[in-house]
Amino acid sequence: MSMQSNLDALYRQVIMDHYKNPRNRGEIVGDALTVNMNNPSCGDKIQLHLKVDGDVVRDARFTGEGCSISLSSASMMTETVMGKTVDEALELSGIFFGIVQGEDYDDEKYDLGDVEALQGVTKFPARIKCATLAWKAMEKGLDKD
Amino acid sequence: MINVRDVREQFPILDQEVNDHPLVYLDNAATSQKPVQVVEALEDYYRRYNSNVHRGVHTLSSVATDGYEGARDKVKTFINAAQREEIVFTRGTTTAINTVAASYGRANLQEGDEIVLTPMEHHSNLIPWQQVAKATGAALKYIPLQPDGTVSVEAARATINERTKIVAMVHVSNVLGTMNPIKEVAKIAHEHNAIMVVDGAQSTPHMSVDVQDLDCDFFAFSAHKMCGPTGIGILYGKKPLLEEMEPFEFGGEMIDEVGLYDATWKEVPHKFEGGTPIIAGAIGLSAAIDFLNDVGLDDIKTHEQQLAQYAMDQLSAHDDIEVYGPPANERAGIVTFNIHDVHPHDTATVLDMKGVAIRAGHHCARPLMNWLDVAATARASFYLYNTEADVDAFVDALVSTKEYFGDVYAE
Repeated sequence: MSMQSNLDALYRQVIMDHYKNPRNRGEIVGDALTVNMNNPSCGDKIQLHLKVDGDVVRDARFTGEGCSISLSSASMMTETVMGKTVDEALELSGIFFGIVQGEDYDDEKYDLGDVEALQGVTKFPARIKCATLAWKAMEKGLDKD
Repeated sequence: MINVRDVREQFPILDQEVNDHPLVYLDNAATSQKPVQVVEALEDYYRRYNSNVHRGVHTLSSVATDGYEGARDKVKTFINAAQREEIVFTRGTTTAINTVAASYGRANLQEGDEIVLTPMEHHSNLIPWQQVAKATGAALKYIPLQPDGTVSVEAARATINERTKIVAMVHVSNVLGTMNPIKEVAKIAHEHNAIMVVDGAQSTPHMSVDVQDLDCDFFAFSAHKMCGPTGIGILYGKKPLLEEMEPFEFGGEMIDEVGLYDATWKEVPHKFEGGTPIIAGAIGLSAAIDFLNDVGLDDIKTHEQQLAQYAMDQLSAHDDIEVYGPPANERAGIVTFNIHDVHPHDTATVLDMKGVAIRAGHHCARPLMNWLDVAATARASFYLYNTEADVDAFVDALVSTKEYFGDVYAE
């Protein structure tokens, strides 16, 4: 694959769309939990706000600063987990961590929506941490232990 | 003037392609490349005379000891220290400053005392002082920066007072390239009976340093940024200060007498070099100093400033690229910048695809990022082997980055 197509695979149109027009950016009014997650090596900071109702993720929003990959990933993640059960969200997170390491997943079983576009990050090992930042925050927030 | 073609022949690593483009290495402030002389010195030590130093009676041990202690003499001359005992080998700049903070700082600071820093310090010259302040009750004070990211002597004079016990300042900023007025500030510190600690990690590789002329009390730097190996650095300290300090690490090599319940220490510098010392590192550093002296530090400084000037002239033609810090003639060969609306990570990724290695992030200087009011920046940093062609490739890659992100935004 050429360098240009590698770049294009990283910066897919859908990723840039989430970066320019982030979904669910902002705070949750009222009762919610907030998880701060930093990437200390580069300065990216994400605050993930989650509202969990019983076993269901009712609302997921994010604030913070970061690069196109970390912010678009946060935008996609919030879209993906909203309305899912905690177990489903955590399972998707596991799938996502596999995807960015280059692992295949069962796309009939799991509907990852736009998130699938982040597959291109596998060619850029230095950027995997950007892609996973918001997902780590989500795991931390939903962790039942 | 530097013959860059000859210099580059000593750095085989530069002769390679990265992502189908010739490597343009502009991350020298993070670490420099190593010339063959240094690689061969390390290889020679491990192939021919690897041995532990100081305590061996056998022949290889004394050859290794000569190499290790010879490196100390070489460093002494390189920074013009008054005595060889003032040169302590450490793991790097960070360990050197931690030694001063933990040993001198904890013994000499108490509540009511002040440690004076600047907001441009690298974390290595910031966190150790935060910790010693917490432990002793001393307060941290900051010399406010000028709008162009420089430290004025007047601002230093206004911040340092009779409560000041330690002034700790970076010689050259790893972000802005600012060259700080160490000599003048050291004079002010001494007028108030404070000591002057200097982080020389970004100055020593790029300009001649004279610690006696600067009249600083402690000076720290790392070998790996000056063509030497990783894992070794220097703590220079005035001998009376080093002598009054307690060791930072305890164990073998640094002791004089040992009983079951107590021990005494060797003389300086050895009491600060517990454990088997960094023998190969010192020998590699010695070769790096020879190499830099052959090229000439004054020429290296001029060469890098010319490259910085050349780069800044080209970048100034782009309204959407912001360069931080003072003008090129007042800075070392470090150019920190951002492209509007493109995150520096994204810039660095596109540049890497063009074979251009730069740094993106906060550069271990979070307070300075806050001062600049940015989350992160991109940084190109030059060294003696860089060329105007490298700068051209860098600027071309930036133009590609702008076009690429302009396009993806437009889609």
